[in-house]
Amino acid sequence: MSLLQVEGVGIAFGGIKAVDDVSFAVKPGEIVSVIGPNGAGKTTLFNMISGIYLPGAGRVMLDGQDVTGLAPHRLAERGLSRTFQNLQIFQAMSVLDNAMAGHHLRERSSVLADLLGLPASRRRTRATRASALQLLERVGLTRAAFREASALSYGALKRLEIARALALEPRILLLDEPAAGCNAVETEEIDRLIAEIAAAGTAILLVEHDMKLVMRISGHIVVLDHGVKIAEGDPAKVSRDPKVIAAYLGTDAAAASREEGADADG
Amino acid sequence: MADLLQFLVSGITVGAVYALLALGFTIIFNASDVVNFAQGEFVMLGGMITVFALAAGLPLGLAALIAIVLTAGIGVLLNKLAIEPARGAPVVSLIIITIGASIFIQGVAQIVFDKQIHRYPGISGDAPLRFAGATILPQSLWVIFGATAVFVALWLFFTRTLTGRAVLATANNRLAAALVGINTRYIMTLSFGLSAAIGALAGLLITPITLTSYDVGIPLALKGFAAAMLGGLGNPFGALVGGLLLGVLEALTAGYISSQYKDAVAFIVIIGVLFVMPQGLFGRKSTERV
Repeated sequence: MSLLQVEGVGIAFGGIKAVDDVSFAVKPGEIVSVIGPNGAGKTTLFNMISGIYLPGAGRVMLDGQDVTGLAPHRLAERGLSRTFQNLQIFQAMSVLDNAMAGHHLRERSSVLADLLGLPASRRRTRATRASALQLLERVGLTRAAFREASALSYGALKRLEIARALALEPRILLLDEPAAGCNAVETEEIDRLIAEIAAAGTAILLVEHDMKLVMRISGHIVVLDHGVKIAEGDPAKVSRDPKVIAAYLGTDAAAASREEGADADG
Repeated sequence: MADLLQFLVSGITVGAVYALLALGFTIIFNASDVVNFAQGEFVMLGGMITVFALAAGLPLGLAALIAIVLTAGIGVLLNKLAIEPARGAPVVSLIIITIGASIFIQGVAQIVFDKQIHRYPGISGDAPLRFAGATILPQSLWVIFGATAVFVALWLFFTRTLTGRAVLATANNRLAAALVGINTRYIMTLSFGLSAAIGALAGLLITPITLTSYDVGIPLALKGFAAAMLGGLGNPFGALVGGLLLGVLEALTAGYISSQYKDAVAFIVIIGVLFVMPQGLFGRKSTERV
């Protein structure tokens, strides 16, 4: 059964349909990418799935349950976590504190025990800290653990956001352009990181502009253009789809590609 | 010398109340970006509810507890009924809503209570203590003690507890806080309740010294806001320093120059500081990365 099911979701802003009737599904441990030209509605779709926007139409199902329009903190409890294209980091906190904040839902404690600094509460903090450090190691930020987050580079903050999202132990992770602004080496690290996360059983829903990255790691690709799903399938199928090529390169290229296809057939 | 000591003591006493008010502003501002001008009404309510609970024959401790709990409840209602329904409105609209709430609370207080000026005896009586030539009201010491206790308790709350850290996280980045599973609406409600309770405590501690009536809220709110700006809005430590500084400045002006000028001098100093340091003494420069 699919973990995340998006059924005919749509939203309009002042009469303009930003996303219209989009459906697809994500299975556990699968990497699904949403691609499309700028302004295709990818981030808007993400915002509807993650509870930032309330869809005007359609449903979002998580594990067979309707979670449409649930607040982000409720979705976090149900195992859906995300990162943002333009970063949502606790800038004034240390890198380690950011990663520790991700453990919020897993920490259980009484205010009184914490105030008194009882051994149980100290032990819990130590465990959280150890887990946070482990996550930072996983994304390659160990050396920056005690620096203030605002001092980090954009690429490093991207990875910090992923570490914080992983701290929630999500069943599905939405990554909005994780490789944007990263150099080739960093992109490769993110590539490896995403593959690892998926291999560990967490489903990934990805918006990404780096086509090489998308084609390499995705099991399934959904293509949006002007808010509408124009194609869907495995990377090989999608990359040959004339509608996709037209959306990205214009109709001439699509025509050329069709001719090429005809030649090959003939 | 005895004069100076006298002025300092009264300055610190009033300053402690300003600091508590500024702290109330800070907590709500951090959770919601709203400058809550109804903060002074919480102080008024703390004093007035205690007055009427005492008049009903309750012991001071119980009257104080009732005042704090009721005022905290009113703070929560303010958030639930006036601020939360307007979520998504520009912050300026929310601030104007708090001014409206302040006038409303004042009006209701006039009807529920009365328009008289009230006071009750201090916790340890009203017989002044003499110390190095200065006269100190025992209630002054209670005010200073109360403010210190609040600041220490809040510091522990914010640095040690999960809920306190969730408040800080929400202040830092509300969306990111929601993403890690923090219920930011609950945090906002908590912040209003907490600010109201702190205001009530300040009000019931200071009433034996400065008296209270239904209309003491707005001038106090302005002073508390000024103190918060002076210290740097959003920083609890700044609230403490800003409050004390403002109180001491006022007392020194009143003592050495004239009590008519105490507000003027205090505000001139604040304007001077903000000219040089627009973020206040301990404010953070706001930076946003795009």
